[in-house]
Amino acid sequence: MFISNCIDILNKYGSSLMLGVRTTLVVALTGTVLGLLLGLFVGGFRAVKLDFTASPASHFLKGFFDVIANIYITVFRGTPMMVQAVFIYYALLDIIHWDKLPAAIFVISINTGAYMAEIIRSGIQAVDPGQTEAARSLGMSNSQTMFSVVIPQAIKNAFPAIGNEFIVNIKDSSVLMIISITELMFQAKSIAGSTFHFTETYFIEALIYLILTSIASLILNTIEKRMNTTVRLSLPSSETDNITVNYLSKKEEK
Amino acid sequence: MSEPIVEIKDIHKHYGSLEVLKGVDFSVNEGEVICLVGRSGSGKSTLLRCINLLEKPDGGIIKVFGQDILHIKNINSYRAQVGMCFQQFNLFNNMNVLENCVKPQLKVLKISKAEATEKALKFLDKVGMKKFASADVRTISGGQKQRVAIARALCMNPKLMLFDEPTSALDPEMVGEVLTIMKELANEGLTMIIVTHEMNFARDVSDRVVFMDQGRIEEEGTPKKLFNNPESERTAAFLKASINK
Ligand SMILES: Nc1ncnc2c1ncn2[C@@H]1O[C@H](COP(=O)(O)OP(=O)(O)OP(=O)(O)O)[C@@H](O)[C@H]1O
Ligand SMILES: [Mg+2]
Repeated sequence: MFISNCIDILNKYGSSLMLGVRTTLVVALTGTVLGLLLGLFVGGFRAVKLDFTASPASHFLKGFFDVIANIYITVFRGTPMMVQAVFIYYALLDIIHWDKLPAAIFVISINTGAYMAEIIRSGIQAVDPGQTEAARSLGMSNSQTMFSVVIPQAIKNAFPAIGNEFIVNIKDSSVLMIISITELMFQAKSIAGSTFHFTETYFIEALIYLILTSIASLILNTIEKRMNTTVRLSLPSSETDNITVNYLSKKEEK
Repeated sequence: MSEPIVEIKDIHKHYGSLEVLKGVDFSVNEGEVICLVGRSGSGKSTLLRCINLLEKPDGGIIKVFGQDILHIKNINSYRAQVGMCFQQFNLFNNMNVLENCVKPQLKVLKISKAEATEKALKFLDKVGMKKFASADVRTISGGQKQRVAIARALCMNPKLMLFDEPTSALDPEMVGEVLTIMKELANEGLTMIIVTHEMNFARDVSDRVVFMDQGRIEEEGTPKKLFNNPESERTAAFLKASINK
């Protein structure tokens, strides 16, 4: 009974479920990528520590930026994304007349950006400050140091947490059905509404989410493994180092 | 005689209520090699770091290359002319050996990549690290790391090099390879200020040894004078203890 209902649903509504999967993936993926970019920007600037060499104007701008960034992060991490979605969608509807899909992507991106900013910031704090000092001592500016030395390492440190945001977004994009985009949750809800097979429909939906997140974490694990093995031993094999003059031992012969 | 490359007058530095530099006067002539010695906590690193503005003194005057660096406009281009090597090497872990030497040149000197690479390979060759150019910096030994750090600093064409205990984090068998290179640089006439605990090196290579004690310069002079006939009791006691170690 249960199984045959499931098969019926898959036969009849397969294409609308596929549309749901596609929308969910598009929203989750673009949301994660745009959120990461936003997080890099916000988290990167928040982590910059201006020293006395910076001008009073930069100190002021940095202070101003920090306040705005704090408000942004607090608000978007402290309220449900579902509420953010309805509020932002309707608040801006009269002004920019936007479609639902771009609205959904906008909301999930800035929501993710708030989390990414904190992820990036802690990734930055894990980078040895000695490297920052060395870069400054070579004459690199604050922002050159941040973007050439610190952030590339911070992204690597934070990669597991960044990947996790993608998985979370696959699941949490379901709340965006509140503004009726055709993602998986919305599709499942309409199928259940017309077939009245609630259990079967939501069972299938859960299964699809599980498959999506499993594939995503498999891919992320592979990337992470590959990133770690690039610390390869690229030393010339049998050659030894040609500077062997030992200053101290020479000294003792005298 | 030309005017000194570094001229420090009465600099003071506090960390909170702790006074680390209590009025230091100090100068370095072009081509001089100075070894800065003293007990842990005497302010050697702080003095060195004031010279390239990694720390800002609370008072006093520092003139380097004839300009007052405490009121300088372009700090980054000033710092590019002053090389610094650290105890912990501080190589960039996201770049290989060659990129460590090329990247800062591209960012600061704004020269072409070809030119920067050529210069980097020249200095890597000088420190015996050319064949490790493509190695990941996390996989090379401490002595090799410090040699790369020296090459990286030399790529910026510094007119002055600062070393803060460049061999203190090294295993004993690697100390020699780094000191050998520093000695070579000294012989080539590069102006250097070196904080070190290697007394043999200080005696052999430096033109002048400066002994710091409790935030002040207690005594300075040629290595011969300081090691053989120190004027101050404290200097004598310190050097005696360090040499017999
Ligand atoms: N950033 C800082 N904040 C607070 N105190 C500091 C800081 N840097 C150094 N100090 C203190 O200043 C004093 C002098 O430090 P400094 O590093 O200049 O000594 P040093 O002579 O280089 O010693 P060592 O041989 O141990 O390196 C020490 O007591 C140290 O604890
Ligand atoms: Mg020190």
